Amino acid sequence: MDTEPSLYTVKAVLILDNDGERLYAKYYDDTYPSVKEQKAFEKNIFSKTHRTDSEIALLEGLTVVYKSNIDLFFYVVGSSHENELMLMAVLNCLFDSLSQMLRKNVERRALLENMEGLFLAVDEIVDGGVILESDPQQVVHRVALRGEDVPYSEQTVTQVMKTKLKWS
Amino acid sequence: MIKKFDKKDEESGSGSNPFQHLEKSAVLQEARIFNETPINPRRCLHILTKIIYLLNQGEHFGTMEATEAFFAMTRLFQSNDQTLRRMCYLTIKEMANISEDVIIVTSSLTKDMTGKEDVYRGPAIRALCRITDTTMLQAIERYMKQAIVDKVPSVSSSALVSSLHMVKMSYDVVKRWVNEAQEAASSDNIMVQYHALGLLYHLRKNDRLAVSKMLNKFTKSGLKSPFAYCMLIRIASKLLEETEAGHDSPLFDFIESCLRNKHEMVVYEAASAIVHMPNCTARELAPAVSVLQLFCSSPKAALRYAAVRTLNKVAMKHPSAVTACNLDLENLITDSNRSIATLAITTLLKTGSESSVDRLMKQISSFVSEISDEFKVVVVQAISALCQKYPRKHSVMMNFLSNMLRDDGGFEYKRAIVDCIISIIEENPESKETGLAHLCEFIEDCEHTVLATKILHLLGKEGPRTPSPSKYIRFIFNRVVLESEAVRAAAVSALAKFGAQNDDLLPSVLVLMQRCMMDSDDEVRDRATFYMNVLQQKQKALNAAYIFNVRLCLSVSVPGLEKSLHQYTLEPTEKPFDMKSVPLANTPITEQKTEFAPVATSKLPEKPGPTRQDIYQEQLAAIPEFQGLGSLFKTSEAVQLTEAETEYVVRCVKHTFARHMVFQFDCTNTLNDQLLQKVMVQMEPSEAYEVLHYVPAANLPYSQPGSCYSLVRLPEDDPTAVSCTFSCTLKYLVKDCDPNTGEPDDDGYDDEYVLEDLEVTVADHIQKVLKPNFAAAWDEVGDDFEKEETFALASVRTLDEAVGNIISFLGMQPCERSDKVPENKNSHILFLAGVFRGGHDVLVRSRLALADGVTMQVTVRSSDETVVDIILASVG
Repeated sequence: MDTEPSLYTVKAVLILDNDGERLYAKYYDDTYPSVKEQKAFEKNIFSKTHRTDSEIALLEGLTVVYKSNIDLFFYVVGSSHENELMLMAVLNCLFDSLSQMLRKNVERRALLENMEGLFLAVDEIVDGGVILESDPQQVVHRVALRGEDVPYSEQTVTQVMKTKLKWS
Repeated sequence: MIKKFDKKDEESGSGSNPFQHLEKSAVLQEARIFNETPINPRRCLHILTKIIYLLNQGEHFGTMEATEAFFAMTRLFQSNDQTLRRMCYLTIKEMANISEDVIIVTSSLTKDMTGKEDVYRGPAIRALCRITDTTMLQAIERYMKQAIVDKVPSVSSSALVSSLHMVKMSYDVVKRWVNEAQEAASSDNIMVQYHALGLLYHLRKNDRLAVSKMLNKFTKSGLKSPFAYCMLIRIASKLLEETEAGHDSPLFDFIESCLRNKHEMVVYEAASAIVHMPNCTARELAPAVSVLQLFCSSPKAALRYAAVRTLNKVAMKHPSAVTACNLDLENLITDSNRSIATLAITTLLKTGSESSVDRLMKQISSFVSEISDEFKVVVVQAISALCQKYPRKHSVMMNFLSNMLRDDGGFEYKRAIVDCIISIIEENPESKETGLAHLCEFIEDCEHTVLATKILHLLGKEGPRTPSPSKYIRFIFNRVVLESEAVRAAAVSALAKFGAQNDDLLPSVLVLMQRCMMDSDDEVRDRATFYMNVLQQKQKALNAAYIFNVRLCLSVSVPGLEKSLHQYTLEPTEKPFDMKSVPLANTPITEQKTEFAPVATSKLPEKPGPTRQDIYQEQLAAIPEFQGLGSLFKTSEAVQLTEAETEYVVRCVKHTFARHMVFQFDCTNTLNDQLLQKVMVQMEPSEAYEVLHYVPAANLPYSQPGSCYSLVRLPEDDPTAVSCTFSCTLKYLVKDCDPNTGEPDDDGYDDEYVLEDLEVTVADHIQKVLKPNFAAAWDEVGDDFEKEETFALASVRTLDEAVGNIISFLGMQPCERSDKVPENKNSHILFLAGVFRGGHDVLVRSRLALADGVTMQVTVRSSDETVVDIILASVG
């Protein structure tokens, strides 16, 4: 491998829905500089992966590890020289963190209702392409979405009921 | 769980996306509530989420609107809601490049990074470093140093990673934090350790000694983090490669010891590092291969993929090292991940025996349509390699390739297939007809102009010499009717070649040509008219010169032609322009591709740059002594005149002109305490060669290569004196100098250094020229000056060896692939073509017979009698 040893491991983190639409996309370098190129890449990725549940692929010269759950597709993209298991560690951490935050309810709707949780979690896992944390416990702890912060006066009765029930 | 959406939303079915129809302007309008007091954290949070969502979808924000929203957002720092604050950090990072004056939040962020809330500190550091510049970085330097060694891992990691991002921008500032990073590297937290190691390496990577010390320290103390181990392995293998240390180095031992690490990630990294090391022996590979073998049966697809991909790489260089894994690879053939299955099969194709080929090909054709283009190219390359290894399997391969050709696929993929088929045709004459038939079928429906023209050219070259050339005419003429201009033009050229070589087809070809003359495109019409007229003459020599071996487009260097034509227009004369004055292009050496990386790496179109000879021509023309020599005829490969490890390294490049030769000596001074001046190479010829000029190199400082030249006149009265030996001496003025500053003393002394002898041989006078149709060229030159002689090569034992010797001795181009001797034959004919200095074509036909030693009958034809004599004299 003639590449410079570096901490910059992750080129992109993507979450698509089951129509291949972008729910979340974060690119960490200039492999795909414009939105147009990014969307084309996502389209290609989706068409090659959505039918098979096989975890890893080589696309456009990049290693893509992926995972799908119900109606969501999670992707972590790295250079083809990158250690595939490192990328897998990022993917697993992202998925497990979200799974905890969404109480195992990892599907599109729940995710959309907790977009800020997703934003914060990815921010804790990868920073500018460097793996910041790989332990889902730590990530969930740092994101620290605390339901109780919302004053009861601002919640509807149903919401309070739901929250109470969920927490109990 | 927080529910922030109305009940209505919740009930509208799972297909709804609360963000789907967001309008940027509406969201920005909503952002006004940021200014309300008291702040409503829940609503503000929701709006920030929407803004980030829009940015994430690639929505474009203008500078004005972004700045406005950003300034409104800064007010939210007054709220103490944790999630809201964290979303503010994110917004700052997302908008850092869009909004203006983002630095106004510096003080708020500085307050958070030094505050009591640990949850804020890490993210605040990262947001702050995102908006800061070198000058501001100095202002927060103290805090950064503290943060790096903070006992809270998230704070320390954030500071380290942010520092790493800023190395590019403010290396000098971050460099001062080395001690803190060093301290962080001994942290208990695995991520902190990893980040500290990464930062330390980036700060020290230009200092090999420091890197080596650092490696030494960490490999001894041991690390906890698997990520850090991977990084260490990469640094170690990079250092091994740079220092070219042997595999007995402690670094290699370290990498090998990582094969026994408890983390798969580390084990794989180590195995992959060993596999990628240059010149690893099979024994050193063995432990790496055996861990990869274990991974092949892992339940994790990523691990299986990583393992088989790496084994595939090993198989390219050391197929025997991988044979032990054949069983495990067999199990992967049916893997549900098609990438893994493809890699397993292509690896097996490299390591397996001939008998397994059929079975593997069958397996792979069952799912070839499911894999991505990248892997299809890998498959084609594997087949191409296989055909060279087992030529007898070509019919199976050809079938498979033609099926692949019919499937959908991108340009790269199709090109790989076409190249592969063409190389099979060239290797195996028996496969020619089937191959051509497949290609004909392919161009019937081919959207890639480049491929269609390439195939048409091939058809023109090979088609007329097949048993039934007429069947190709239909395919070619179809192109004329249906395709774009470039393809039509190529088709016309191909048709002409059929007409020129097959007398019975000539009338029909002429009819078709007539129709092409009414084409709408100029180029097509021109070509058709031209060929029509040539063909109607029915003269073999004309056909050969203008249809098969078109000299203009094949053998002349294009930049050279441009220069000559320019020169001609500057000096108007009565004489017509002489093509022979144009330098010939070197026939490109066809290289076998050995690299089969499963990645389509180069996306750039290959552009033919100026050739090596054109560059030399340019350089020589700049030296006043060499004006008026005419154009450069041939440049030889460099010859070493010294041993590799001596005080001075000298190599010589021979440039041949019409009546002169220029010797270019590239000298390097490897002594750092000497400065050489007035460097030249004195030459003593053995024959009637006359040294006219020496052009010395003025200065030759340590390790900076310089060139000096000698101009020699070739003997005119005896044109057969083509070979000569020169004894060479390097002469120069030495000045001692300070090794550190390079400052020389004032006084120096003359010295000399004896070099090895330099030979000029017949090959230096002949330029290689490829004649695609040797027989036609042979007739074209004619037998006016033909001579024949028989020689016995007693010392040569095989035909291959004889062919190699003759080619390198004469320096001519083998034609019709006659440089390849078929196996188990005891006779062979070698065809060679070239141009002699002065512009005379030379053709050599050499019949070789193997008995005791090799007997060789050489027939030489040329347009000039002396040339024939020279060649025969030099062979004898």
